[in-house]
Amino acid sequence: MLTRRSLLTAGLLLTLAGPGLAQTPERFIVVSSTTSTQDSGLFGHLLPLFKAKTGIEVRVVSQGTGQALDTGRRGDADVVFVHARAQEEKFVGEGFGVERKPVMYNDFVLIGPKSDPAGIRGSKDIATALKAIQEKQAAFVSRGDRSGTHSAELGLWKLAGIEIEKTKGTWYREIGQGMGAALNTAGAMSAYVLADRGTWLSFRNRGDLEITVEGDRRLFNQYGVMLVNPAKHPHVKQADGQAFVDWLVSTEGQKAISEYKIGGEQLFFPNAAQPGA
Amino acid sequence: MAMRDTASILPLSVEGLGYAVAGKTLLEDITFTLPRGGLTAVLGANGSGKSLLLRLCHGLITPTRGSLHWALEEGRRAGRQRHAMVFQRPIMLRRSARANLDHPLAALGLDRAARQARIAEALERFGLENLAEQPARLLSGGEQQRLALARAWTLTPEVIFLDEPCSQLDPGATRQIEAMLSEFDRDGMTLMMATHDLAQARRLARNVLFLNGGRLIEEASAETFFNKPRTDEARAFLTGNLLW
Amino acid sequence: MEFGAAISAALGLMMSLDPGFLGIVSLAVRVTLSAVLLAAVIGLPLGAMIALARFPGRTFVIILINALMGLPPVVAGLGLFLLLSRTGPLGPLGWLFTPAAMIAAQTVLVLPIVVALTRQVVEDLWLEYREHLTSMGLTGFRAIPTLLWDGRFSLATALLAGFGRASAEVGAVLIVGGNIAGYTRTMTTAIALETSKGDLPLALGLGMVLLVLTLAINAVAYGASRIGARFAG
Repeated sequence: MLTRRSLLTAGLLLTLAGPGLAQTPERFIVVSSTTSTQDSGLFGHLLPLFKAKTGIEVRVVSQGTGQALDTGRRGDADVVFVHARAQEEKFVGEGFGVERKPVMYNDFVLIGPKSDPAGIRGSKDIATALKAIQEKQAAFVSRGDRSGTHSAELGLWKLAGIEIEKTKGTWYREIGQGMGAALNTAGAMSAYVLADRGTWLSFRNRGDLEITVEGDRRLFNQYGVMLVNPAKHPHVKQADGQAFVDWLVSTEGQKAISEYKIGGEQLFFPNAAQPGA
Repeated sequence: MAMRDTASILPLSVEGLGYAVAGKTLLEDITFTLPRGGLTAVLGANGSGKSLLLRLCHGLITPTRGSLHWALEEGRRAGRQRHAMVFQRPIMLRRSARANLDHPLAALGLDRAARQARIAEALERFGLENLAEQPARLLSGGEQQRLALARAWTLTPEVIFLDEPCSQLDPGATRQIEAMLSEFDRDGMTLMMATHDLAQARRLARNVLFLNGGRLIEEASAETFFNKPRTDEARAFLTGNLLW
Repeated sequence: MEFGAAISAALGLMMSLDPGFLGIVSLAVRVTLSAVLLAAVIGLPLGAMIALARFPGRTFVIILINALMGLPPVVAGLGLFLLLSRTGPLGPLGWLFTPAAMIAAQTVLVLPIVVALTRQVVEDLWLEYREHLTSMGLTGFRAIPTLLWDGRFSLATALLAGFGRASAEVGAVLIVGGNIAGYTRTMTTAIALETSKGDLPLALGLGMVLLVLTLAINAVAYGASRIGARFAG
């Protein structure tokens, strides 16, 4: 009776756990990427195209840029696809990445409440706008998570001549979360927030938020991709990972990126061929 | 039921048996012999050590002094089906009556067919056929005790220890249990039963062990004990006087 | 208004039978049930052994396990993440960002509940059964099968509590599973993702589906135990 019961248990276990554990297709790679590429729906558009062509399944783990690079550093991903050039170059310089390739850009937009307490709506100068926010002590939500957007935001404060670490007060709220969470928080608190345009366009819970500042050249947001160095992490799927990197910068991949639109609006602008991007 | 032809584990010789816990002596210097056949009634007031003596003999508890000697080494431990025990409050597993009978047989490693045959026989003999599929814990007190007797009987033990099996039962149920014990006796089974019911002891016992305050006061045949008790304590007990 | 939209989103999801959605539901159910089963296979005997064994430090072990019932999922996830990362001791398994890692994480969360409650149930039953089982020669660990079987209804409740903890959990599976679309995305991580995308009605709708699923599983378990109890007392 006991053996029958344990057999039954073992059988149940196999039927339940079996498929979960064994559901590993022949070919897949793990890409660590940012919340912006994921949340904007770009991967949902690109990956089926890539899989149809190569048969390689791409598993995307989306994190902040800093975290995504750390995932690559530990060897838990085959490819890193992020947007913070300085951090990317450091990553390659340390020998964790093989070669950074520019893929595309979009831009950041400064989102704010319709009431616009800092009086900056329509401005094309991000530095002046940030100065106004700081002077008026208008509520501002910072990602605070070492993401690409976070490091871009910190760069912009510096550009505006503000040492945010010293001058920040209760009006400056670091939430340590992803883009979507930051937008939700800004909406709830009627605060300003820096967002990438892709996430903003696909964001559904806008409520009282709108774009206040856009179009400044300094809001430019470049994405780069790199294979994790197989010399550091021998298990990295070099061939398949490289195939993905190469496809992204190929004519075909670049065309696919430019074709991704939300509400007729293009989200990402391929620029793999542009020198120095 | 046919008794085994193999060598008997009886008699059981108990010598200088004692049990103390936390510095308190509960049983002291008990010496007697449990012969083969018949019912030995263990008499005494509450707290005289009757239940403890049964548990020591059955091997549920290890004595702190003295020795127990079965005629065969096999008798030494409980669970070898040579001797069984029935408790004052029947311990019923959370299963059907049938499954309660099956459980000890399965634990002994009997095969399914042998178990089923033995269970069918027990259900019939103890009048439990209609209750076989009932949850044992929902049976009445008398039914539970009958089931407990049946469960002990299925093991074909030579000896059954019974700890006040009727003390929680009404007269009707008590009569049924006593009838079964008499049958066990006729079949040649040896019974050792604690009871404080003198009338019951008179009806069933062949021998008597009389305990008082953790000591064995008298070991005698039932006839001698009830008609010509040797000690003052026994006389007082039989006439219903308090002993201290 | 949000609730109206959430209810229609929930109904829409359940009616649509969208393969992506069904994949999420089936992964969530498989991961959680596997974790509960694994925790049962390990935890029931382990809890029973702790109930019956006497060894130095037993009290400490019991307190530790009781405390682990409150282990924050994020901490469990992080610990497992460091173990399973390629640079960690179990890195060569390649389990990080797979359902196997999620099952492991939920097992870690459910196990203390199963062990702690099993110990309690078995200890209480042993007090009641001790003399009978000893009389049958079923002493020590040989009493375990009987005690587990007779405690089955209380133990089923323990497993349901474990199931509840696993199915409601998001922190651990998010960290070790990576919330990969179509591969390690489960109900709770999908809810977290839709919340971050600002699609609150969809997030709440998914939450409602999860609630309905949990309700269904509990109802089935409750019904089964009632029927069983009627036949076993």
